[in-house]
Amino acid sequence: MKRLVSLLLALVAMHALAADARRSGYDDMSLQVQAMQRDDAVNPAMLWVKEGEAMWARDCARCHGDDATSMRGVAARYPAFDAASQRPITLSQRLASHQRTTPLALESDALLSLESYVAFQSRGLPIAPPADPRLQPFRERGEQLYRRRIGQLDFSCAQCHDEHAGQHLGGSTIPQAHPTGYPMYRLEWQGMASLQRRLRSCMNGVRAEPFAYGAPELVELELYLNARAAGMRIETPAVRP
Amino acid sequence: MARALITMPTTAKRGDVIEIRTLIAHPMETGYRAGADGAIVPRNLIRRFTCHYNDGRDEVQVFGAELFPAVAANPFIAFSTVATASGTLRFTWSGDQGFTQTETTSLTVT
Amino acid sequence: MKRRDVIGAAAGLVGSVWVRSATADADELAAAVAAFAGGAPVRAGRVEFDIAPLVENGNTVPVTVRVQSPMTDADHVKAIAIFNQRNPQRDVANFSLGPRAGRATVSTRIRLAASQQLVAMAKMNDGSCWSRTVDVLVTLAACVEP
Repeated sequence: MKRLVSLLLALVAMHALAADARRSGYDDMSLQVQAMQRDDAVNPAMLWVKEGEAMWARDCARCHGDDATSMRGVAARYPAFDAASQRPITLSQRLASHQRTTPLALESDALLSLESYVAFQSRGLPIAPPADPRLQPFRERGEQLYRRRIGQLDFSCAQCHDEHAGQHLGGSTIPQAHPTGYPMYRLEWQGMASLQRRLRSCMNGVRAEPFAYGAPELVELELYLNARAAGMRIETPAVRP
Repeated sequence: MARALITMPTTAKRGDVIEIRTLIAHPMETGYRAGADGAIVPRNLIRRFTCHYNDGRDEVQVFGAELFPAVAANPFIAFSTVATASGTLRFTWSGDQGFTQTETTSLTVT
Repeated sequence: MKRRDVIGAAAGLVGSVWVRSATADADELAAAVAAFAGGAPVRAGRVEFDIAPLVENGNTVPVTVRVQSPMTDADHVKAIAIFNQRNPQRDVANFSLGPRAGRATVSTRIRLAASQQLVAMAKMNDGSCWSRTVDVLVTLAACVEP
């Protein structure tokens, strides 16, 4: 069964990898914003990574060691299957409740900081979705969500981000929507944001009622998007317009 | 305390001009924006930034900035200073709602 | 009255409203520049204003101002200021320098509410003033959401 899932994963990735026409949102940005991302001394997201580093020392080092490089590769293989809930779980959800009696609030500064720091340890590594057969039905649901038309504007993700990627909407280039750099600093919000916030804002953009933070649909979408982006380099913490 | 990031060399030769890049977490709320409820979000800005260089003989302000709502959130300010002698650089941000923060770095000048 | 005439008249009316507000902004910008100059004549030159001519998001725009100056005790830049034309207020940032700066170069990131003109100014220790004006096109976010 695991082999079958690996094959299915490979097919998703291969379809994407064919001549690898895949582009990160980074490739669609202006030179100035690219420069902002590339230099850790000017990247505003590094403020959250720095806070995450302090949180690591306070909350995580006692079990995981002072050196967070033990986290290298972890972000690359999330969302992962969570045995307790029998569902996929995002890195964000994992960090929110891991060893905490009071979970960190989703999309809070604290959680974004910790997640940024942990994901930062995987910068440069390829996105590596786990070949776990238990994830397959959720991944398929994620793909269905991706292709489903929603909202008053009646658009699906696929219509903009598969069919019209590279074309323009207003003054902006439509990206292919690969989650290569989350959590990221979005210039539009002048703050740090998770993939879930970005997905919710896209849903608002097509005038659909967005799924709530932590909703299973958002996790399934994230699972599918990561499979679609398999092999692409993690850029966390990214900067995006 | 807001997170701040200062990037500069730790050592320099006397007379070198070094570049200092600073970042501080702050919303720089303009006072022009309406929140989700329609009410104007109150202005909350960093107004002033200074860098003082204490090289053992005296402490001198080597750079200053006055910021207005047009400065983007999480203000980034980069400037230069001459490495005169080994010492401490003191960076101070201050602004609305009693906001004040100081960071210090050391510079070894040979 | 022919339809052509009505359209022509309407276009003229709209055009004049736009021109009037642009002139008002331009007046305020000129006043801000003059105030900074403190009566000294403002000459174009010596100031480089590094900013993308086309900006994809006006919320965070990197800028660098570089002024040609030996930065000696006798001849240095005392202050650099950036002014804008179309934001709610004209000031963007003022910087105070001196010979200890070594180089008259400052960088920051600014907000631009709309496509507009920006002015970077330098005041020297002898009171003389130099400036550079740039025009920036700002494109706005396509998907506007709350």
